[in-house]
Amino acid sequence: MSSAKFPSPYELAPPPGAEDWKGMYPYYMCFRDERRQEEEGKFWFCDSQHWPQPFKPFDSLTVEFAVKCLGQYNTRHYMVPPANGLEARFHNGYCYLSPVAVAPADIPARVEQFMERAGHYYTNWPSLLDNWRRKVLANIDAMEALKFEPLPDVVPLAWIKSGAGIDNTVPLLAAYDEALALCYRTWNYHFEFLNLGYAAYLDFFGFCKQNFPSISDQAIAKMVQGVDVDLFRPDDELKKLAHLACELDLANPLRAGADAQATLGRVAAQPSGAKWLAAWQAAQDPWFNFTSGNGFYSDDKYWCEHLDIPLGYIADYIARIQKGETIERPVARLVAERDRVTGEVRELLASDAQAAFDGKLGLARVVFPYVEDHNFYIEHWSMGVFWRKMRELSRVLQGAGFWADAGDMFYLGRNEVRDALADYCMGWGVGATPVAATHWTPVVAKRKAMLAALATRPPQPALNTPPQVISEPFTIMLWGITSESVAAWLGRGSGEHKIKGMAASPGVVEGLARVIRTADQLSEVQAGEILVAPVTAPSWAPVFGKIAATVTDIGGMMSHASIVCREYGLPAVTGTGCASTTIKTGQRLRVDGSAGTVEVLAAA
Amino acid sequence: MTSAWVLGFAAASEADDGCLGGKCASLARMIRSAAPVPPGFAVTTEAYRAMLATQGLQADIDAALRGLPAGDVRQQEQAAQRIAQAFAARPLPEAVAQAVAFEYLALCRAEGANHDELPVAVRSSATAEDLPDASFAGQQDTYLWVVGADAVLARVRDCWASLYTGRAIGYRNDRRIAHRDVQMAVGVQKMVDARVAGVAMTLDPINGDRTRIVIDASWGLGESVVAGEVTPDHFVVDKVMRSIVVRNISDKAHEVVADVRAKRTLRRDVDQSRRNAACLNDRQIEAVATMARQLEKQLGAPQDVEWAIEDHPAHPDGRLMLLQCRPETVWSQRKWVAGAAIDQGLEGLVANLLKPVQIHV
Repeated sequence: MSSAKFPSPYELAPPPGAEDWKGMYPYYMCFRDERRQEEEGKFWFCDSQHWPQPFKPFDSLTVEFAVKCLGQYNTRHYMVPPANGLEARFHNGYCYLSPVAVAPADIPARVEQFMERAGHYYTNWPSLLDNWRRKVLANIDAMEALKFEPLPDVVPLAWIKSGAGIDNTVPLLAAYDEALALCYRTWNYHFEFLNLGYAAYLDFFGFCKQNFPSISDQAIAKMVQGVDVDLFRPDDELKKLAHLACELDLANPLRAGADAQATLGRVAAQPSGAKWLAAWQAAQDPWFNFTSGNGFYSDDKYWCEHLDIPLGYIADYIARIQKGETIERPVARLVAERDRVTGEVRELLASDAQAAFDGKLGLARVVFPYVEDHNFYIEHWSMGVFWRKMRELSRVLQGAGFWADAGDMFYLGRNEVRDALADYCMGWGVGATPVAATHWTPVVAKRKAMLAALATRPPQPALNTPPQVISEPFTIMLWGITSESVAAWLGRGSGEHKIKGMAASPGVVEGLARVIRTADQLSEVQAGEILVAPVTAPSWAPVFGKIAATVTDIGGMMSHASIVCREYGLPAVTGTGCASTTIKTGQRLRVDGSAGTVEVLAAA
Repeated sequence: MTSAWVLGFAAASEADDGCLGGKCASLARMIRSAAPVPPGFAVTTEAYRAMLATQGLQADIDAALRGLPAGDVRQQEQAAQRIAQAFAARPLPEAVAQAVAFEYLALCRAEGANHDELPVAVRSSATAEDLPDASFAGQQDTYLWVVGADAVLARVRDCWASLYTGRAIGYRNDRRIAHRDVQMAVGVQKMVDARVAGVAMTLDPINGDRTRIVIDASWGLGESVVAGEVTPDHFVVDKVMRSIVVRNISDKAHEVVADVRAKRTLRRDVDQSRRNAACLNDRQIEAVATMARQLEKQLGAPQDVEWAIEDHPAHPDGRLMLLQCRPETVWSQRKWVAGAAIDQGLEGLVANLLKPVQIHV
């Protein structure tokens, strides 16, 4: 039994200036002094894959909703036999997770329930999935219908005449509660199929490993992964628009440089411009509901609200088309490769094992589209609408004198926002000035300073002692918590010049490193460079076409970044633990996505 | 149609397998499938039988083996000595010797060597060898860098005699294999002057994983790897993803190379610059793996392959030659059992969920 250990959260003090950070988060999601012994007995890993930045108080609801909903499907819906959910804690601004095990005595009863409940979903997957899509789209429509507007000077005359008997604060307060309820519902929907999808994938995965103990995770993923999924549609739409621009001789008006309005104005002025603009409009709904962030942060930028982002990618694609490059994903090659790998692996099995292989692979392929696609419908589209509505509300309160900057509302927790709204409604209702900025200005200023301080220090990859067994499917598949990744975090197998991680996507390349920490830095990336980041996102895909490889700190085989890299034929090493803090921009790297290693060849 | 005593590998057909012994039959099959095998010929089991019929050799052998107590190693050794003397006392039958010399000289001419000077490997090829359930491999002898017809004849006789080493006698006794049921052919094959050589298996011998190809390689002739005299470089290739996933380079202190003037092999230290250098580059690794995979597909079962790379003006990475190919015997025998029966359907999915992932740090 190894004594290898990560630090205790109780030993990790916050950076100076951030001492009071705990006040920003729910009491039930912090490490409490009186529970120290219990908390130190658990292993916590940092989810810097989804949540690489410290959380603003309002944004922390995404962590809360997501983690809770992930858990409920294991614990209360499908009764996943060996695993309940994961506990979540904020510490020094970052999120840490710890799987909750099931007592062995409880497992048999859960097996029976799982067979019935999960069985129903596996058997009726396609129709339930159609239903899911309808529910999610209806949820999005309901969020779109919410209105956050400044309270008027007078209650509308029509309401008097109709005898409504309520004022404008009634719908305003209801809209806020409804927004939160719809967001919560969104996260319920997010996990409706995901846990089962991972369980089916794990079944196939486990079968392959049993028959071929050293088979690469990549080979298994390649056999299952879809090739044409909704997650890639936004990027595919940009490519189509780039081709159309070349056909219509619009390459020059669409060149990079100007802001979105100016660029679109230049296009409109062209004879063929109207045709292109019609295609541009059509592509936006729904495919521009796409963020270069990950949907968990209120300041994530969405293509439909920052048209300069998709226009910039289109300009890039046009330039590459003009150079004679093929910009499309090599779909035919990927399909051929998938079929080849599948056929060859199957051929290596004894004939009685082949039937099982076919069955398990078949189910894995049925469930996998959801695993990939839900990300677009939930994190991108649904959360895009939610954040847009919340920014509307923040601006309303800004206009009412609550804070100076349009986005300041996000420095309040969701329950504090209710208080701010009540303050606003009270003042409006009685005809007096709300307390507003007098109360909130120092709070917002203090929290901004604390978050800036917290962001200066990257999180520990894990806390306390690693467990001996992991049984929760997400922990393994998505976050990639394996012996290799834990060892990598402990700094083993890595030296100053060689970093070990997970072989996420095959290929060996050399190139110059470009280290970025946020999506805002994407424009710094040059062609042929190797992108190094805490985590990447599927929406960075347009950049993937010009880089040589990606290297990330966290991420398992099934993380979206891994999936996307394989789809794009881009070598990738994930789960290094430390790449973004060890490697410097300009260093020459050798990335081996087949072996999972990154070597620093020369200094910057 | 050549004489019954010798048969060129390229001239042999499947119907001839019975008189070629395991190794030669395998070489012939590989040549028929256009694998890059050095040319050569077999001294057939007919020749061996002719030898046994010479001047009562068979009778001497029978006498030495009569009444040998089971498991008595000392007595087995004594029997072996008597039989070795019996072989050594007798020259090859005239017709056999002429046929072998004739074939050897023809090989010299065909390979552009000086008359009677082509270096060859002389290898035992028993009829009970290379069977999946009798790992005789290594029971009999191999001679490298043999030059000249006379030397070839002497080694042929030594190979025949090696059927009756103490170990071989004991091995057959333990397994109740009748001595008369095992016959010996001998392969005479052009030597590869190997720059680097080794073995490849189309599964991982550690765990039987058939998606891996493992390669052990070292400088010089492959004997040092096969005999375990050197710690070779170790490479693992992912058969399915077609990528090199492991490269373990070791300190390769010695190599066996040809001493052309002395007409034999010699063992020498490896110079400092090569000792810890990878003896195979990526292209060579891929070439070895590709060849091994093709053989596995052709033969329908995991293979254990010996290969060598020799310098060649037309090949910047050297020319890859196949020396031996036999079925892997350890893992291929096992029936893969995933539980009692393979769990399918929802039960299987649940069973898998209940297998937690171990974390070892």
